[in-house]
Amino acid sequence: MTHIKDIHAYLAEFDDIPGTRVYTAARARKGYHINQFAMSLMKAENRARFKADERAYLDEWPIDDAGKAALLARDYNLLLDLGGNVYFLSKLFSTDGLSFAEAVSTMTDKTFPEYQAMMNAGGRSPEGNRSIKGKY
Amino acid sequence: MARITAGVGSSHVPLLGVAADQGKTQDAYFKPIFDGYEWTKQWEREQKPDVIILVYNDHASAFDMKIVPTFAIGTGERYKPADEGWGPRQVPDVEGHPDLAWHIAQSLILDEFDMTIINEMDVDHGLTVPLTMMFGAPEAWPAKIIPLAVNVVTYPVPSGNRCWALGEAIARAVASFPEDLNVQIWGTGGMSHQLQGPRAGLINPEWDNMFLDGLVGTSDALRRIPHVEYIRETGSEGIEMVMWLIMRGALGHETRSIHRHYHVPCSNTAIGHIVLEPVA
Repeated sequence: MTHIKDIHAYLAEFDDIPGTRVYTAARARKGYHINQFAMSLMKAENRARFKADERAYLDEWPIDDAGKAALLARDYNLLLDLGGNVYFLSKLFSTDGLSFAEAVSTMTDKTFPEYQAMMNAGGRSPEGNRSIKGKY
Repeated sequence: MARITAGVGSSHVPLLGVAADQGKTQDAYFKPIFDGYEWTKQWEREQKPDVIILVYNDHASAFDMKIVPTFAIGTGERYKPADEGWGPRQVPDVEGHPDLAWHIAQSLILDEFDMTIINEMDVDHGLTVPLTMMFGAPEAWPAKIIPLAVNVVTYPVPSGNRCWALGEAIARAVASFPEDLNVQIWGTGGMSHQLQGPRAGLINPEWDNMFLDGLVGTSDALRRIPHVEYIRETGSEGIEMVMWLIMRGALGHETRSIHRHYHVPCSNTAIGHIVLEPVA
């Protein structure tokens, strides 16, 4: 009925969606330690150790230099490219005392007040945002 | 015999839990959202369901990347609200129904749905926010809950068709449980929202309402929507709507809608809510 016959075509379609990184197995594998690091911030004692010396805490994890730099810079779009997933990265949002919406806004071309205004006006339209190739 | 008497669809935005816990449900921002659930709160008081099979997804709370179950059913006696980074919500513990849950788990496996079985876990906003929306703030939740957690984060997530078929199998399992129980099934998550990347904030009311329309009546067209359409049209997190299809599949050939509510926005998300009855 909806059987996927070609896994490569199934995965390739996701790359046609503008401004979106679908959390595929390839990303999950690449970002495994970034996400598990973020998950560790669920524990208060880990949050305290991280806040006291972010770099030293990150050095305990098998994350490469690019990943550590992106985490230190809170560069969330880059972290998505490195295999981070937003539900895991949200543990870092809350460690920083940021609301989910404020952290999400940093991945867009809008300031947080502009992002809130967009949401209050009905959100981002799907028009022109569905497909890179199809431009619709 | 146990019987599924109704299905409920609802978003499970964490901010709604915060609003309820901080007494802000009548604030201008939240009032139109909570008002749309007043009908359902009254209806639930009359219905008095014994058990709710609550389909939801965990948001990196009980599960991390070590283990990613596609479909998991809670067979435990009791579940505590998870600490999602700000301390656990001050809401009652969730009481399970291990007899029915184990019956469903065994039946599903014999029916070729190879479930993961969970005896102990904490439950996050995906499960507790719908309870708050439908029941308010009681001292104890008025029904036993069987959590059914679906992976909608790591791709491939289950297809809409598989979710619908799982719902059909759950209905068969419930129907063969000998105790006389009033069982509801809730599908939660959605509706349109994207929480990541430059396209974050995407909302698509036309598509969301098409989806709500499609849950009603005899059509099963929704089960054939491919993943890529959910993502394109409703944002990367709109894929959570496949969980509503487990609820719809469990209601059988035909449904009627007895309540419906839609509101934009709540934080990053479109709020959708529907109450369905099976038509015998």
